[in-house]
Amino acid sequence: MSDLVKGSTGDWEVVIGLEVHAQVTSNAKLFSGASASFGAAPNENVSLVDAAMPGMLPVINRECVYQAIRTGLGLKAQINLTSVFDRKNYFYADLPQGYQISQFKDPIVGEGSLRIVMADGNTRDIGIERLHLEQDAGKSMHDQHPSKSYIDLNRTGVALMEIVSRPDMRSAAEAAAYVRKLRSILRYLGTCDGNMEEGSLRADVNVSVRRPGGPLGTRTETKNLNSLRFIQMAIDYEVVRQIEIIEDGGEIDQETRLFDTSTGRTRTMRSKEDAHDYRYFPDPDLLPMVVSQDEVDALAAALPELPDEIRDRLMGEYGLSAYDASVITEERDTARYYEAASEGYDRKLVANWMTVELFGALNKSGKSLDDCPIAPEQLGALVGLISDGTISGRIAKDVFADMFETGKSAANIVDEKGLKQVSDSGAIEALIDQVLAANQDKVEDYRGGKDKLFGFFVGQVMKQSGGQANPGMVNQILRSKLDRV
Amino acid sequence: MSVDKTTVAKIARLARINVPDKRLEPLAAELNGILNWIAELDEVNTETVQPLASVTGHALPMRDDVVTDGDRLNDVLSNAPEGASGFFVVPKVVE
Amino acid sequence: MADLLDLNAVEAREALDKKAISAVELVTAYVGAAEATSALNNYVVLTADHALAMAADADKRIAGGTAGLLEGLPIGVKDLFCTKGVSSTACSNILKGFTPPYESTVTANLWAAGGVMLGKLNCDEFAMGSGNETSAFGPAINPWQGNDKTNLVPGGSSGGSASAVAARSALMATGTDTGGSIRQPAAFCGVVGLKPTYGRCSRWGIIAFASSLDQAGPFTRTVADNALMMTAMASHDAKDSTSTQTPLQDLMGAVGAGVKGMKIGVPREYVMDGMDNEVVRLWEQGQAWLKDAGAELVDVSLPHTKYALPTYYIIAPAEASSNLARYDGVRYGMRVEAETLDGMYEATRAAGFGDEVQRRIMIGTYVLSAGYYDAYYLKAQKVRRLIKQDFDTAFEKVDALLTPATPSAAFPVGRKIDDPVTNYLNDVFTVPANLAGLPGIAVPGGLTSDGLPLGLQVLGRPFDEASLYRVAGVIEAVAGFTQTPARMAGGTA
Repeated sequence: MSDLVKGSTGDWEVVIGLEVHAQVTSNAKLFSGASASFGAAPNENVSLVDAAMPGMLPVINRECVYQAIRTGLGLKAQINLTSVFDRKNYFYADLPQGYQISQFKDPIVGEGSLRIVMADGNTRDIGIERLHLEQDAGKSMHDQHPSKSYIDLNRTGVALMEIVSRPDMRSAAEAAAYVRKLRSILRYLGTCDGNMEEGSLRADVNVSVRRPGGPLGTRTETKNLNSLRFIQMAIDYEVVRQIEIIEDGGEIDQETRLFDTSTGRTRTMRSKEDAHDYRYFPDPDLLPMVVSQDEVDALAAALPELPDEIRDRLMGEYGLSAYDASVITEERDTARYYEAASEGYDRKLVANWMTVELFGALNKSGKSLDDCPIAPEQLGALVGLISDGTISGRIAKDVFADMFETGKSAANIVDEKGLKQVSDSGAIEALIDQVLAANQDKVEDYRGGKDKLFGFFVGQVMKQSGGQANPGMVNQILRSKLDRV
Repeated sequence: MSVDKTTVAKIARLARINVPDKRLEPLAAELNGILNWIAELDEVNTETVQPLASVTGHALPMRDDVVTDGDRLNDVLSNAPEGASGFFVVPKVVE
Repeated sequence: MADLLDLNAVEAREALDKKAISAVELVTAYVGAAEATSALNNYVVLTADHALAMAADADKRIAGGTAGLLEGLPIGVKDLFCTKGVSSTACSNILKGFTPPYESTVTANLWAAGGVMLGKLNCDEFAMGSGNETSAFGPAINPWQGNDKTNLVPGGSSGGSASAVAARSALMATGTDTGGSIRQPAAFCGVVGLKPTYGRCSRWGIIAFASSLDQAGPFTRTVADNALMMTAMASHDAKDSTSTQTPLQDLMGAVGAGVKGMKIGVPREYVMDGMDNEVVRLWEQGQAWLKDAGAELVDVSLPHTKYALPTYYIIAPAEASSNLARYDGVRYGMRVEAETLDGMYEATRAAGFGDEVQRRIMIGTYVLSAGYYDAYYLKAQKVRRLIKQDFDTAFEKVDALLTPATPSAAFPVGRKIDDPVTNYLNDVFTVPANLAGLPGIAVPGGLTSDGLPLGLQVLGRPFDEASLYRVAGVIEAVAGFTQTPARMAGGTA
């Protein structure tokens, strides 16, 4: 295994499991009619239920339940037709009820799996243990006042899905790939917007190390990581920290840790001794939740095509590489763009232009696919001009840059600027003759055995042609002239 | 099963109720009185019995995903012992 | 004045419709009665101006021919119900100053039917108690007195409700019943109290004690009044997930329907050690009355009856420990300042909750805590199923059950009890119905030799309140319980 970590006493295997909290996309909260949207003024999106006023009662939002089921289906997981809401009891300033309504023993979704693709194209199936619905907490702000915290309950009661993986990941890269893939599936399904910056998706990371194939080590849980980079940094830090402790003869404490984004380190939040005693019990304000197989079937029938299915199609039918197919299918919008752009053109070449040139340009300009100045059909047409020999790949890059800048079509730009590739053998021959005449000494050198000068002549001819000469023809004619002794 | 002073202190801490030291012992005695009494249930054989959490017999009703509430800051905050700029205010929380 | 107070609810409705009296006159009489009997401490808030305004509106509707079922009738509300703009505290210091910006569904139903709110009634703190002695407002007093004239408890937790209806300072009152908190005080005060089937009345806006057991119900002077009030109180409420959609029966029609042909079960396990002889005698008397009225008596067994109380004292405190976690000094009610958040929680909850509430929170926290859940809470839930199954089996053979309402008559205020368990035994006959979610009614049957009321309890199948009213109607008619308490408004003593 390539993922083993070398310590001073030998190799270590890293074992990682993730608990991802994904905010359910819905209009209203899980158990109240207040809005679930972001960005409202403090305590604006708060109902009397969210504020846990005396005598207030929860009533569940059907759409949140359906979103959880859709997600479960997307994770090829078992859907539990009967599930139960429990109370998880603890005191905190932003938890008005004094308990979080969650699902403990009987979650709505059981075991499933998720396929990750690594940069080398290798895939691995990561086990999903369960998915359950629960309430989000509010927000405490500590910077407004020297001795006070300010509490905003806008997030209180928003529906979350907690998605728990099996401890199947073996490296920070795999953990990141898992979260990226999970996010992708959630976004395809429309069950979570996956916005990690706003906190719609955040992960608790369980990490332990062991000797390869040995018994599991003691794990730590690092809470509330809200970017792929932080997830990887926290894991890397934990792995090094744990190996050092064990190799120094110490033991790992089973504890909850916090990741400090400014230092890149994790630190103890609470030890096992201080662990909460959550006193879970079935919420007596709610009844067992029952969904019918018919409801589940209807939700399944309406699911969109998911990234794995599209990816398989792109690889199988279009012959894309595993990596390109993964990159293109990570986002539903990207996949759609690709399908539209490559329709009728060289599929592989379009994939290449998309992942390299288009993504590069978008990245550089800070734009997203949504406000991309090049329509999918325009990108396809550009690739079409390359395929039919109208322009060379090098010219195409200039045309692309122009398209990105102006939004004009490739054909227009080629016409306007007269960039059409020269494939007239007479014209090319004339260019070559000029170049050879101007470089008689080098022609002698080449004929004397300096093979490498061939590239020089090609470059000169292309330069003379303003890049428009058909490179294949230049090669062919040049070689025949030079090698004719 | 019976509780001692330490356990009572632990329960009080979980329940966030400040119990003065001198009350721990008498409270332990009271709680033990109740616990011994409810231990009577031990004599019931419940090996094959499913727990009963709810007597209604109907399934959980569900509501539509429509925003019907919120935007009532005054209702939410008017009873608060301390508030500021639309927030509830509590002693500083240190993590 | 006194004759206005003599009218029961059904009579008052007739008099109002005939314009023989006005709602303002009736309500004025009751406000006066509440003031005159204030020594009973059964009101914690008297909303006289509000009541008179509502009464004036009622008179307009009566004049306009749009009178509701309870139009113009003065009603007291247990302080456990949240009432919009009116202090609602569950008689706890921790909710001091809390004024809800919302109205509970049950009280909203009453006002929609034309009922007039007189004020908020005393109760045990968070409904935890059997004598109304745990109230932060001090004990409510039973208007009945024994020969020694000592103050007696009205029962609890809805003690203020029972006391006010018996003392005629409210024509009707709301209560809640988690383990007997309507039926036991009704029996102690000689009035009629119904705990409906779980899910029959919405719990929305009622300060929660134990969510799987709590149920609101009416206190009235007569069985017919009770059916009238219940008809207005009950509703399906989409805001309460446990609220039922089962249609309400014709309760008013059931009151006079008699018991001919009904099978009435007499559970043999309801004979308890230390039970008052007079209670046993009344129970036997009740059986004879029903037999004479044409019912068939059936001996039934509810073998797990003796486990109901311990089961209840696990489940109710467990739910309460969680339900009362929201009283943390952050969003409403009392706050005791401290340096840290946890310090504030601990100080606030220690100062805000009384001893009995603290005790139950502690027990509830303990039985749910890691390592004890299975032994206590899960075990109790299993026994709860056995208790329910006992009733299911019995109701295959009978239409209703007749039992005593309480093991004794009202006891003195301030009776020194060292062992909390002794107090808990008050609920021995009432708790099983809460665990099984069944409807139960307490109806006065007679007086003890000391002149104190005793009640009988009728239990029925889920959502069959009508059978309870049939049986209770017969008992009321035959028992001829017309005596009134000494400390009654407009009374002679």
